[in-house]
Amino acid sequence: MKRDLLEQLLAARANRQAVALITNLGTGEQRIVPRGAAAADPLAQKLDEAFRFDQPGSHEGHFINIHNPPLRLVIIGAVHIAQSVIPIARQLGYDVTVIDPRGAFATGARFPGIALHAEWPDEVIPRLGLDPRTALIALTHDPKIDDPALHAALESEVFYIGALGSRKTQASRAQRLKDAGFGDGQIARIHGPIGLSIGARGAPEIAVSIMGEVTRCLRLGG
Amino acid sequence: MAASDHTILEQAADWLKQGRRVALATVVETWGSAPQPIGSQLVIDAEGNFFGSVSGGCVEGAVVTEAIDIIASGKPSLLQFGVADETAWKVGLACGGRIGVYVEPIA
Repeated sequence: MKRDLLEQLLAARANRQAVALITNLGTGEQRIVPRGAAAADPLAQKLDEAFRFDQPGSHEGHFINIHNPPLRLVIIGAVHIAQSVIPIARQLGYDVTVIDPRGAFATGARFPGIALHAEWPDEVIPRLGLDPRTALIALTHDPKIDDPALHAALESEVFYIGALGSRKTQASRAQRLKDAGFGDGQIARIHGPIGLSIGARGAPEIAVSIMGEVTRCLRLGG
Repeated sequence: MAASDHTILEQAADWLKQGRRVALATVVETWGSAPQPIGSQLVIDAEGNFFGSVSGGCVEGAVVTEAIDIIASGKPSLLQFGVADETAWKVGLACGGRIGVYVEPIA
């Protein structure tokens, strides 16, 4: 690989652009194809599949490697469960951002080394930009904080939206979202009660159930 | 590809900046059960230091040895490992699968 190709791959990652690196396994020739230019490439059909399913593969002596933007997890609420979710999410390859306007919660001492925003979600989220490689989980139980984040998530293409809370809490949340003009189909995108049903007890097990569900949506859709 | 593979490219860039000579190994094909998915990567320097994984440990040693030669020659190579392969008896893919690993210098 030429060094400038490596630099281009790293720049694409930094700019959250999806690109493919195509290698001719016989000659060693390589080219980078941005997702937006895939349709014009001789391997267009294979490229389209590879991008859609995040699945590298070999085809007619060429290897197509997919360099999608890094996965990102946006956590609303600098709460106890977030502290358990973060190490699992990082192990799974997510860049983690925590948003909580309550300064007493969103402290560097509680969340060392994490991108932390002690601001309201509707102030921070437009700066972050929510995209199809992003998951958002709302963990505060507080509508004042969670709802604006859920509004932003529903208006975006994030691949996962989850909200903590009992079935009763979910029902009243759904009503508030309806009152705010969201349709049933949109509201159904929210996973709540959050997480896979594994009988989780305590924050670490709840974190496993949440990240299990996020992974299922990433790999299987829905 | 696994998200962590990007960290491997960053590692490659860091080593290059330090003036080290570097090769990149990528799993390009798998047959049967294979411990690491297609697209998994390993970065190797001329001293045999490595970071990442192409097999969960089974064939890394052989890949690193080949990579040092490839850094010296500057010529990429497609390596095959599997139970039908004599090398595999020595390096051992315990899972019984086969993998193709493309090793290329970065220069």
